[in-house]
Amino acid sequence: MSNLVVIAEVRAGTLKRPSLEAITAALQLASASNGRVTAIACGSGLDAACAELGKGGAHRVIAIDGPSFANYSGDAWAKAITEQVAKLSATAVLMAHTAMGKDLLPRVSALLDTGIVTDAISVSFKDGAFMAQKPVFAGKAALTVRAAKAPFCATLRPNNYAAGSGGGSAEVTKVAPTAGDFLAVVREIVAAGAGKTPLQEAKVVVSGGRGLKEPVHFKLIEDLAAAFGPGVAAVGASRAVVDAGWRPHSEQVGQTGKVVSPPLYIAVGISGAIQHLAGMRTARTIVAINKDADAPIFKVADYGIVGDVFEVVPALTKAIAEVVKHK
Amino acid sequence: MDIVVCVKRVPATDTAIKIAADGKSIDATAVQFELNAYDEFALEQALRIKEQLNAGSVTVVTIGSKDAQKELRDALARGADKAVLLSTDQWVHDGASTAAALATWIKSVPCQLVLCGRQAVDSDNNQLPANLAARLGFGCVTEVSKLTLENGVFTAERDIEGAREIVTCKTPAVISCHKGLNQPRYANLKGIMAAKKKPLEEKAAQLGAPAMQIVSLTLPPARAAGRIVGQGAEAVPALITALRNEAKVL
Ligand SMILES: Cc1cc2nc3c(=O)[nH]c(=O)nc-3n(C[C@H](O)[C@H](O)[C@H](O)COP(=O)(O)OP(=O)(O)OC[C@H]3O[C@@H](n4cnc5c(N)ncnc54)[C@H](O)[C@@H]3O)c2cc1C
Ligand SMILES: Nc1ncnc2c1ncn2[C@@H]1O[C@H](COP(=O)(O)O)[C@@H](O)[C@H]1O
Repeated sequence: MSNLVVIAEVRAGTLKRPSLEAITAALQLASASNGRVTAIACGSGLDAACAELGKGGAHRVIAIDGPSFANYSGDAWAKAITEQVAKLSATAVLMAHTAMGKDLLPRVSALLDTGIVTDAISVSFKDGAFMAQKPVFAGKAALTVRAAKAPFCATLRPNNYAAGSGGGSAEVTKVAPTAGDFLAVVREIVAAGAGKTPLQEAKVVVSGGRGLKEPVHFKLIEDLAAAFGPGVAAVGASRAVVDAGWRPHSEQVGQTGKVVSPPLYIAVGISGAIQHLAGMRTARTIVAINKDADAPIFKVADYGIVGDVFEVVPALTKAIAEVVKHK
Repeated sequence: MDIVVCVKRVPATDTAIKIAADGKSIDATAVQFELNAYDEFALEQALRIKEQLNAGSVTVVTIGSKDAQKELRDALARGADKAVLLSTDQWVHDGASTAAALATWIKSVPCQLVLCGRQAVDSDNNQLPANLAARLGFGCVTEVSKLTLENGVFTAERDIEGAREIVTCKTPAVISCHKGLNQPRYANLKGIMAAKKKPLEEKAAQLGAPAMQIVSLTLPPARAAGRIVGQGAEAVPALITALRNEAKVL
């Protein structure tokens, strides 16, 4: 029996959804390699998250739970997690490719002196070896790798596996964290405005570009996002409008911004430069609204409307609001 | 403070990618290469820290092909003091073996700070800085878009999902740099002249076997052809129908 590990991300007591997706991936590896899935969580006050991890399908949960771990410390958490992974003689360690995942798992893999594949969109176990596929060159090519060292470590791009569900109550083991001298520690988390849906977690991303002409017209984009209802959609932007100072860096989608993979991406007044496509081409459904029928964005869009944003977007906002109201 | 800046030579972001005959690498003919965009932020930050402290040194290092001399010279022209090319003919895609080789080299030089880009835009790994930090036993903050240094302690800001984290980090440290951190300077003529006399050391990289072996490199499956549902606001009902009944996202 092999041990597959998922490092769960818990923020302010809440389990982040991409961790449940990692459990789904781990369960698939477990069934291919005759293993069981252990989730490891760090933080302070993890009981609710542990229960959720069980429901998500984890067979067992190790909670490294205590006040000294209330705030994230990459070095301290990596050490504590590595100890547990080593004890389990885990064959694979998965984590979501989030701000925390890409900071934490590379360290754990280094402490385990093994390899790691990051931003994977799928992982598998074939002919006795772990494999992964990941986008490279900004999504212009797909790389398939085979792990030559153990354990296999991978971070998974969010929204590529369904969230784990239908599990039961996992056996929970509590471990006290060390109160050591941490090198780097989070001091403060400043929320980006109440009620705002994080770009990478949103089910719908509505992005605006230079076609909106002026920063005030982003109201159209915000209204369209809001029409999907609370917590569903987030606003994104092209680099052109970020560099022009219309929108914050945090909203930029693309090669030098955020990579998003939502079920629905709506590009409004965006030409579809290759660097922008790098950030959204793996969205499940892409809609483009552009007045230029030859704009490259229409080459990746599933559905396009050729037209003026000032005419099309308000009509679309109204129509979406109608659909949402009758759901 | 002795600062090491890790840089990588990568295909320009607007390059069309063709797969080489081996099915495991890109066909590099006709590909334009450049300094990885995020590494420019790292180099700029290093120069600013040296200016702030009015002391120390900035060394740029890369593991890459001999052609990377060009990018290293450019870094020297912008103000770095010294450059080191650890050369290899391989495509450097594997974070673990790269981090191990860089860690070994960094341990051999005076260094209290390593600055990296957040991600090399060829392998798109976003893992080397944290990987390296763990191997060096340094503190680390990744994807930093604001950084200050006071009394040997860094305060860094980074975006997380829907919020911003403020992190303190002791030295020695590895910091990976994101867009927004600074506005990189370009080389001026004086810098270009000065760079010709600056040391650029070259030796073979001591790279172990990749921990992740390439099975294949392929072009991504093309998206199924989409369609224009119509023109102007009249097309909205057709779009809604498609989103509900075909795409099933509403
Ligand atoms: C190293 C590098 C990294 C980069 N990284 C990124 C990145 O991360 N993200 C990113 O987005 N870009 C990035 N870029 C920039 C990219 O190349 C493009 O310049 C940028 O995406 C263009 O933004 P845009 O589509 O908003 O503007 P434009 O290209 O100017 O397009 C505006 C579009 O709006 C349409 N339009 C105009 N008026 C209307 C109207 N009334 N109604 C409907 N449509 C209208 C036009 O037809 C046009 O297609 C990067 C570039 C480089 C060199
Ligand atoms: N071959 C390399 N040589 C030197 N530095 C590198 C190399 N590969 C990556 N880096 C550094 O690590 C950062 C992140 O790279 P990656 O983890 O590969 O996406 C880059 O922006 C560089 O600063």
